[in-house]
Amino acid sequence: MNFKLISDISRSLLVARWRQTLVAAIGVTFSITMFITLLSFMSGLNDLLDGLILNRTAHIRLYNDIEPSKHQPVDESNEYYKSYNFIRSIKPKNDRLEIYNSGAIMAALKKDSRILGVAPKITTPIFYNVGTTDLTGVINGIDVEAENQLFKFSDYVTSGNYIDLKNIPNSIILGKGVANKMLANIGDVIQVTTSKGELMKLKVVGFFQSGLLDLDNVQSYASIGTTQKLLGASNNYITDIQIKLNDILTAPPLAKEYERLFGVEAMDIQTANSQFETGSSVRSLISYAVGITLLIVAGFGIYNILNMMIFEKMDSIAILKATGFSGKDVNLIFITIALSIGIFGGLLGLIFGLGLSNAIDQIPFNTASLPTIKTYPINYNPKFYMIGAIFSIITTYFAGYFPARKASKIDPVIIIRGK
Amino acid sequence: MSNKILESININKFFHDPLTVQVLKDINFSLNKGEFASIIGKSGCGKSTLLYILSTMDTDYDGELFIDDVIIRGKKEVELAKIRNEKIGFVFQFHYLLNEFTVLRNVMLPGLKLGKYSEKEVEHRAYEKLKILGIEKEALKKANQLSGGQKQRVAIARALINDPLIIMGDEPTGNLDKKNSEIVFEIFQQLVKDFNQSLLIVTHDNEFANRTHRIIEMEDGKIIRM
Ligand SMILES: Nc1ncnc2c1ncn2[C@@H]1O[C@H](COP(=O)(O)OP(=O)(O)O)[C@@H](O)[C@H]1O
Ligand SMILES: [Mg+2]
Repeated sequence: MNFKLISDISRSLLVARWRQTLVAAIGVTFSITMFITLLSFMSGLNDLLDGLILNRTAHIRLYNDIEPSKHQPVDESNEYYKSYNFIRSIKPKNDRLEIYNSGAIMAALKKDSRILGVAPKITTPIFYNVGTTDLTGVINGIDVEAENQLFKFSDYVTSGNYIDLKNIPNSIILGKGVANKMLANIGDVIQVTTSKGELMKLKVVGFFQSGLLDLDNVQSYASIGTTQKLLGASNNYITDIQIKLNDILTAPPLAKEYERLFGVEAMDIQTANSQFETGSSVRSLISYAVGITLLIVAGFGIYNILNMMIFEKMDSIAILKATGFSGKDVNLIFITIALSIGIFGGLLGLIFGLGLSNAIDQIPFNTASLPTIKTYPINYNPKFYMIGAIFSIITTYFAGYFPARKASKIDPVIIIRGK
Repeated sequence: MSNKILESININKFFHDPLTVQVLKDINFSLNKGEFASIIGKSGCGKSTLLYILSTMDTDYDGELFIDDVIIRGKKEVELAKIRNEKIGFVFQFHYLLNEFTVLRNVMLPGLKLGKYSEKEVEHRAYEKLKILGIEKEALKKANQLSGGQKQRVAIARALINDPLIIMGDEPTGNLDKKNSEIVFEIFQQLVKDFNQSLLIVTHDNEFANRTHRIIEMEDGKIIRM
């Protein structure tokens, strides 16, 4: 097969109809540009929204839950042990939140090669005392350095220095919403009450802003030591162990494993945040759907151009066949035309797509709830460009397929007789 | 080896649309190498139909056709295209040049398709053919910049590019004035004389026919003289 000759003829036909060709190519360019931009932007947005929660969330969280005893006295009865028993008399105990033996568990986890890092945490409900009213809230007692390493704690501390939390005893970083309500400034001393009624004075060393208003209105951070002191607990009292894994996808099976191994509850990130996954996948789905729709429209453009070209070039096709070009050659000529429009238009589309998403990346996007974001988020994933390139080639191929087949079936006798 | 380059045995052709009509009836004839034959007959008697069958473009017929002692029936579309490319040069009433290409390129296309010679050689050969037809000066013009007579000569050059076994023509002078018709006829004659080229030309110009070696006359789908 003389491919040079085929492509030469294709090119001549293209050049002779360059205006229509250009329009068809622009159609492809436009759709690929939009496809790339839409996906990059949507995906950037997804990453941003996921990041709000997922970056700040442990892949696996080990904790103890307050649960009713699974084993009730009536089950001991010989008479009823086979029955379904409704009588429950043993109530949950009060102080089960502590993870027993936390030191040993942490040590064991740190040796596990599947784990990126471990950070202990104490979560405890408290009241912020403002004048005569009390605001309900939560204090997270954290290992400041571990927390920063695993969850970028410092990114969310908008005023003050996060490390002061470790260095200054009895210090607190207030949620932005809490601080606003309490009219607290950095350096002020505030008072909190624990659920057991104990009072404590804490010095404000910074403000914390997660971007999630509900969190910022209740949560504050203190060091583990401070929190233990607040609760009057021993210095190995911990309620949560947060684990970050090397591979987030291994979270569900590992959670089950740790649950068995350490006799604690383990919650994996996928189960805890399934609604985010759904949101992300719906957004990607919409972007793909829009992009592919645009491409199909562009495909019809190519289809039309080729049909028109074949109609106009009946004579040429007939003479090519009369002089020894086979149906297959003619087919190849038109497929080549379609593919060159697709490849040329698609390539330009990829370049323009990169340009347009870069332009969007420069647009300032300041929002109080997202302190680390300065411009619109864009995800420059090469995958989108690959998909765009492949799709542009596939759609143009199919757009060319039917006209090319029609051309290859043209009977030269009918055309030549027609004159 | 026989001297026959083309042989038709009992060829019959029917058209079924709108009614079944028999257009060719028991066509039996053969053509030898170097013969310059013409087919004449009234309009509608089946000359073109016969020529399209002989040129392998129409495969829907009864009877057998041999080109260069090879039976045509049963050949695939690609094989037929190859036979047309290699062995048959066709000249139509209308020139059918591709306007996107230069004159030279038009002549070269079937040669490039054959792939027997390199592109440079094909180009050289195309020049030679254009020279035989006296239009080598127009080689680099676009096809649509030529006059009708010149176009038809380019079409003949294109038919010659692969040194075909036979040149077939369907009223190649039908669209030309007296002077250009004369030029084309002289070219055909020269091809026969200088290159021993075989030709089978349909014409309604009796004067043209009378000057060929052999006249095949048709009437109502039958050959009545040959
Ligand atoms: N596609 C067709 N369908 C039906 N009849 C046809 C078709 N093509 C040609 N004919 C008929 O076949 C006969 C022969 O046509 P043709 O070979 O073109 O004659 P000529 O070339 O001798 O003038 C004519 O009567 C014509 O009407
Ligand atoms: Mg005719």
